[in-house]
Amino acid sequence: MATVELKQVTKEYPNGYKAVHGIDLQIRDGEFMVFVGPSGCAKSTTLRMIAGLEEISGGEIYIGNRMINNLPPKDRGIAMVFQNYALYPHMSVYENMAFGLKVAKLPKAEIDKRVREAAEKLEITELLHKKPKEMSGGQRQRVAVGRAIVRKPDVFLFDEPLSNLDAKLRVSMRIRITQLHKELQAAGQTATMIYVTHDQVEAMTMGDRICILNYGKIMQVDTPLNVYNYPQNKFVAGFIGSPAMNLIQVRVIKTNGGVNLRLADELELTLPPAKAQYLLDYDGKTIWFGIRPEHISLVNADDNTTGSTIHGAVEIVEQMGNESYIHFSLNGVSLVARTAQFGSQTLQQGQDRVAFRFLLEHCHLFDLDTEENIGLK
Amino acid sequence: MKTNLRSLLFFLSPALILLSVFLLIPIGAAVYMSFNKIGVEALIDPQTISFVGITNYTQIIFHDELFRKALLNTVIVLVIAMPLTVALSLSLAVLINSKLTKFSSLFRVGFYLPAISNTIAVALVWKWLLNGDYGLINYLLSLVGINGPQWLTNEHTAIFTIIMLVVWKGIGPNTILYMAALSSVPDSVKEAAEIDGASAWQRFIKITVPMLAPTTTYISIMLLIGYLQLFEEPFMLTGGGPVNSTTSIVMLIYNEAFKYFNFGYASAISMVLFFIIFAVSLIRIKLTKLGS
Repeated sequence: MATVELKQVTKEYPNGYKAVHGIDLQIRDGEFMVFVGPSGCAKSTTLRMIAGLEEISGGEIYIGNRMINNLPPKDRGIAMVFQNYALYPHMSVYENMAFGLKVAKLPKAEIDKRVREAAEKLEITELLHKKPKEMSGGQRQRVAVGRAIVRKPDVFLFDEPLSNLDAKLRVSMRIRITQLHKELQAAGQTATMIYVTHDQVEAMTMGDRICILNYGKIMQVDTPLNVYNYPQNKFVAGFIGSPAMNLIQVRVIKTNGGVNLRLADELELTLPPAKAQYLLDYDGKTIWFGIRPEHISLVNADDNTTGSTIHGAVEIVEQMGNESYIHFSLNGVSLVARTAQFGSQTLQQGQDRVAFRFLLEHCHLFDLDTEENIGLK
Repeated sequence: MKTNLRSLLFFLSPALILLSVFLLIPIGAAVYMSFNKIGVEALIDPQTISFVGITNYTQIIFHDELFRKALLNTVIVLVIAMPLTVALSLSLAVLINSKLTKFSSLFRVGFYLPAISNTIAVALVWKWLLNGDYGLINYLLSLVGINGPQWLTNEHTAIFTIIMLVVWKGIGPNTILYMAALSSVPDSVKEAAEIDGASAWQRFIKITVPMLAPTTTYISIMLLIGYLQLFEEPFMLTGGGPVNSTTSIVMLIYNEAFKYFNFGYASAISMVLFFIIFAVSLIRIKLTKLGS
């Protein structure tokens, strides 16, 4: 059983700075959990506390049924892959992978078997005699992963392992690690993985669940799609997704038929009833209105569908090849739309009166003060 | 092309002149002198210089008891002082770098002070501290009932007193070098070893020390060259005595050249010393390359 449980875990540095504020989290046996968040959100600190490389100021951490707060790293049943690989430069690949096993005084034959198996799995058998400095970044990171595998840990910890690699290699390593997780599980080996990254693409594509952190607090823990589709708060909404969700302050105006959102003077959107129902108590108040770029579409300039189509001025069009990001403004409010429509190719910077339709059934509404998603209450 | 060569020589000339006057010409002169018999009278009458071929060398290598004694003394200092300086410098660097050590900059300054102090002045102070009859060290020992030896005039303790002084002086700069090297060992590598289950000692011996190998090689070669050229400490503390028990090779060169005015013979000893340093350094570098 390689569940990981954090109960009210805190981290406070001697200078009084509180990095982690009472985190509660349960990671299931065999789960691939991704910690994601901006710099300084304490994702690495939390991982290092699980590893035993950082002291825990308060709370409890369990791996399986054991509380590991006071156990040294080697006794926690973990293996870790570092951002800068952290290979032993004076040792060959084989020695790097075998080091932990030698320290644990495993029989030579067993060490050899494990190292060769892991090397084969990671396709680094031909590198076993090489020193780290003779290898590329991607190869080094595979060795680092290999060094973790041979220990057969209960929990794998990854601390931004792909950050030092170039974009192309990152994609292939991302897939390799995900495959590895599946392979280990298929082989009956416990493979609970905790993966720290600041890259939301890694988080979305690799994790069974994502834990989004900010300022040492958990903002949301859920599956990638749920996090994307149902962000619990404004931070998650803005952090996950690229280009980021459009977030603007709007005033709620109750009308006879429902609820309108005033974006700017003479610019109002009418919420569909399914969304309007959440704002009954918000009449006259300001809230955060969020809509993903893909939920704003280009329509014909003569489309005047009241309540959901608005005319704006195009500021910049970013052509991505398969799609375009159209940055436009509505009475001084800047927004971005994402569209695959060919119409965007003919758009020009500064073009006025371009019609955008807002797919309001997909919009998100956040309380101005708590920044919680009103629709998820 | 001609103009190029001219301007090249023009710009290089300051360095070339300095190099020639202070290095190339003296080296050439020493080589020349080592094959000749040159006494003090040669300064007035160069006609007295006589070519003796390799006689100086054969004399030094096969017949000179004093050279053997000086070589032995120098080797004793080298063999004991070099590993001791390396080990102590590394230990101190680790201690000062430790998070548990407070006032580490104070220690850094403290340990570096001997290196920037004038050896002659320092040796004079030590000479008094170590004085068998009136020295502070023997006085302190007498307080705990120990009758301290005649540190500098006893044939058996004198060489160890010299060793102590050179080690004390050598620790400072090498500690600083090791501290810089230690800070370049990434924390993550040590953490990886910690997760791999290595104890603090294993991490030090199997990870940190090998990663410091380039610094250790540099330090040991510098010490090797320095200790083989041992001069100021025995010159000031013991004058090479008692019974030549602290005479080093460089002291012997000094004595031959400036006490007995055997310039040719002294030059030949210098050449022999040069080849010893050259050979030992070469072996050390080869060994390091083999090791890595």
